[in-house]
Amino acid sequence: MDPVIVFAIAGFVAWWNQVPPPPPKPEVKVEAPKAVPDRVVLLPDADGNAGAVVLRAGSGPEQVVDKAWLGAEITREGAVTVSPQDPAAVQARYGALLAARPAAPVSYVVYFQSGANALTPESRAVFDELKAELARRPVPEVQVIGHTDRVGRLEANDELSRRRADAVRDLLVAAGVPRDQIETSGRGEREPLVPTADEVAEPRNRRVEISVR
Amino acid sequence: MMMKFKEFGWMAAVLAASAVATSAWAADAAGEAGMVKTSRGSVTIERQGAQLAAAPGFKVLSSDRVRTGADSAVGITLRDNTSLTAGANTVLTLDRYAFNPTTHEGAMQTSLQKGSLAVISGKLPKASPDTVRFQTSSVTLGVRGTYFIIESAGE
Repeated sequence: MDPVIVFAIAGFVAWWNQVPPPPPKPEVKVEAPKAVPDRVVLLPDADGNAGAVVLRAGSGPEQVVDKAWLGAEITREGAVTVSPQDPAAVQARYGALLAARPAAPVSYVVYFQSGANALTPESRAVFDELKAELARRPVPEVQVIGHTDRVGRLEANDELSRRRADAVRDLLVAAGVPRDQIETSGRGEREPLVPTADEVAEPRNRRVEISVR
Repeated sequence: MMMKFKEFGWMAAVLAASAVATSAWAADAAGEAGMVKTSRGSVTIERQGAQLAAAPGFKVLSSDRVRTGADSAVGITLRDNTSLTAGANTVLTLDRYAFNPTTHEGAMQTSLQKGSLAVISGKLPKASPDTVRFQTSSVTLGVRGTYFIIESAGE
């Protein structure tokens, strides 16, 4: 082989092998206990959608976890690592936890006959369904939440929605639901089923929601 | 400043009036936060130094501390329909809970000292997103919804 080429190769190898020296190790290394990180994982909700959680750790920037099966590990020092999680692994790790979840709340909506303090016939039928649901739950609670349309002042509608809720509570009690399981409240015009401008009469918004949890 | 003060006074009066009128306010005034719905193994609630056994039907109050043993779990549904499920060997404190069923305003601050917690958020974060917080020794979670798990090794 041509000595020039040999020399060139040797030079190249020497150059290639040039690595930066490793940083000097501290003389006395304090071995910190291997800290187990905190974990967060976002799951899909009953509709298959994911919400979002915002993580703040140490002095680092906020991190948003906003996709189903996205997880984060957070070290005690505040380092956050976000990564996708395997659903089967999440189930394996947290199966016992998830099995203990309370039953999800269930909602029913009843409507009043026009100009009367009586429910529509369809709404009466809802009561049977509701009582069956109550029987399935070991310690049920019933929330009766009145709603109005947007005719009238906010405060007056709060009061009206409460009276509607009280009327439905009385009907539930008459139908055999224990009174001490029922709590009433009024949302007034704050949560219309059908969005309207103010002062618009809308029968579908004059309703009472019965939520069982 | 004067204007702000006046507004505040007016709002406070309206809030007080509407609060007194609702039966739900009684629950809020008692600091009632929710109810134990499921319970397995050893589950206790610490309240003002007392250790109370938390069977289904037990009413949970704001500032209660929940403690579970090995192979234990507890499921709690709060008044805004938030569901909190604590797994085995967990210590969880409901530092603060308030919910107004008329306006959906309120606050929820919870710390997970150790263990695991599954959360399905309810009505609170929709109306008051900045007031719902979960905390471990190393991270704070702000909640925009809806279904998540937190696990902490503790201090």
